[in-house]
Amino acid sequence: MTTMLSVSHLSKIYEGGFTALKDINLDIRRGEIFALLGPNGAGKTTLISIICGLVNASAGKVTVGGHDIVDDYRAARSLIGLVPQELTTDAFETVFSAVSFSRGLFGKAPDPAYIEKVLRSLSLWDKRNNKIMTLSGGMKRRLLIAKALSHEPRMLFLDEPTAGVDVELRRDMWNLVRGLREDGVTILLTTHYIEEAEEMADRIGVIRKGEIILVENKATLMHQLGKKQLTVHLQTPLDAVPESLAAYALERGEDGHALTYTYDTEREHPGITDLLADLNAAGIGFKDVNTTQSSLEDIFVSLVKK
Amino acid sequence: MNLYAIKAIYRFEMARAWRTLTQSIISPVLSTSLYFVVFGAAIGSRIPEVDGVSYGSFIVPGLIMLSLLTQSISNASFGIYFPRFTGTIYEVLSAPVSYLEIVIAYVGAAASKSLILGVIILATAGLFVDIRIEHPFWMVLFFVLTAITFSLLGFIIGIWADGFEKLQLVPMLIVTPLTFLGGSFYSINMLPPFWQTVTLFNPVVYLVSGFRWSFYGIADVSPALSLGMTVFFLLACIGLVAWIFKTGYRLKP
Repeated sequence: MTTMLSVSHLSKIYEGGFTALKDINLDIRRGEIFALLGPNGAGKTTLISIICGLVNASAGKVTVGGHDIVDDYRAARSLIGLVPQELTTDAFETVFSAVSFSRGLFGKAPDPAYIEKVLRSLSLWDKRNNKIMTLSGGMKRRLLIAKALSHEPRMLFLDEPTAGVDVELRRDMWNLVRGLREDGVTILLTTHYIEEAEEMADRIGVIRKGEIILVENKATLMHQLGKKQLTVHLQTPLDAVPESLAAYALERGEDGHALTYTYDTEREHPGITDLLADLNAAGIGFKDVNTTQSSLEDIFVSLVKK
Repeated sequence: MNLYAIKAIYRFEMARAWRTLTQSIISPVLSTSLYFVVFGAAIGSRIPEVDGVSYGSFIVPGLIMLSLLTQSISNASFGIYFPRFTGTIYEVLSAPVSYLEIVIAYVGAAASKSLILGVIILATAGLFVDIRIEHPFWMVLFFVLTAITFSLLGFIIGIWADGFEKLQLVPMLIVTPLTFLGGSFYSINMLPPFWQTVTLFNPVVYLVSGFRWSFYGIADVSPALSLGMTVFFLLACIGLVAWIFKTGYRLKP
């Protein structure tokens, strides 16, 4: 798979000396959905802003579709669509004219049929003649996406796209993003919602204090860093874990009503059958068992806490 | 050149003027008409001719210049400041648009609006006083150059300002006093010698003088000097705008 976005040794030090990005290196593959996770102030928006031309880099090089964002900014930017985090819109414009304005800004000839298609896909067609100030927050968010898509970009940056939108709209947006990916659009999204990254991303990057601390395929990440646990709910509570079960490193929970076993799914024999047999042998009866797997959120929290 | 982008920004800015017709056109035309009524018809009839031109006619170029300067600055500064204020500037800065194209679009729209306004005021003046234009070519040249120059100045102010108060600061505290003291309502030859010399440090004197010369053939300073100073202001503003975009001042951190 070819590279759509290449970030090389990128740094940003703001006036006043605050270092927002430290030697960032990142490649995004053509056609993938890449989720960039990080706590507030980690540098996500600064990174996107530099790539899109809103902030000057202090050092380093960025190319989009092989075009340098400084030396060949026209070609690079014409490939990019940006959905900013803030709901920044011209209140007095109509929906249709605002989206048409965006298309013109990116050097594309007017194409009312395409604008109609974009507005319909975002359920905004009925609102095309409405002034933006009359739209709800969710509609304004969709409008920003429509503006970003108005010039048919090949790479879309979504900075916290579903912040403050309801569950239904969030699902709609996820479907839209998947549809764009199917059309070959490369997507980089930043999000606070781990569920969003877990649901959509092909690869995940974690940024902390201006440094990329991890880039991994989502499945690999969850496989490598995720834990699986078996919880056995006991018929009668235990005051302590018997010595005969010490090898399993069981954790006693629920005031002795449950025992939790953490195991590695990679092992040929995770030890579940043995554990259940040993519980029987020790005379410990149980009424239920269940397994849980750590979520991306657990992994993320453990990474950024380090 | 990204002509679609220039067209998009230009049309957007012009549409804003039509949306705010009262503020953009009607209000300045009304206030200038009041000047004509008060200074031209009421008081002007009691003031003797200046260099063979009736006082009412004499103040026409100065009043047009007053509107041209203030409106060019106001239109251009608001045009670029408002998207900075609302945050929508992100779209322009992230688009494949060169700085030159951004300036052409914003300054072009601001200058167009003030030129339209100037023509309306000139036509309105014609209803109150007799007007003649002896040098139409030079009149148009001064008219257009001044509109572009002060739209560039407005653009600079719109980028420099970090609040609505600053946006009004330069037009109200500097440009309007300079215009009033720049010979809009009088010939600087009417002043005592000392104040005549002081007045020559006021750049608006050269604009008003050159513009009035194109109407009636009378001037406080030579037309060539007026044109030279106008071009000098234009180049100074272009230089400042180029520096702003080169450094990203107040636009790109």
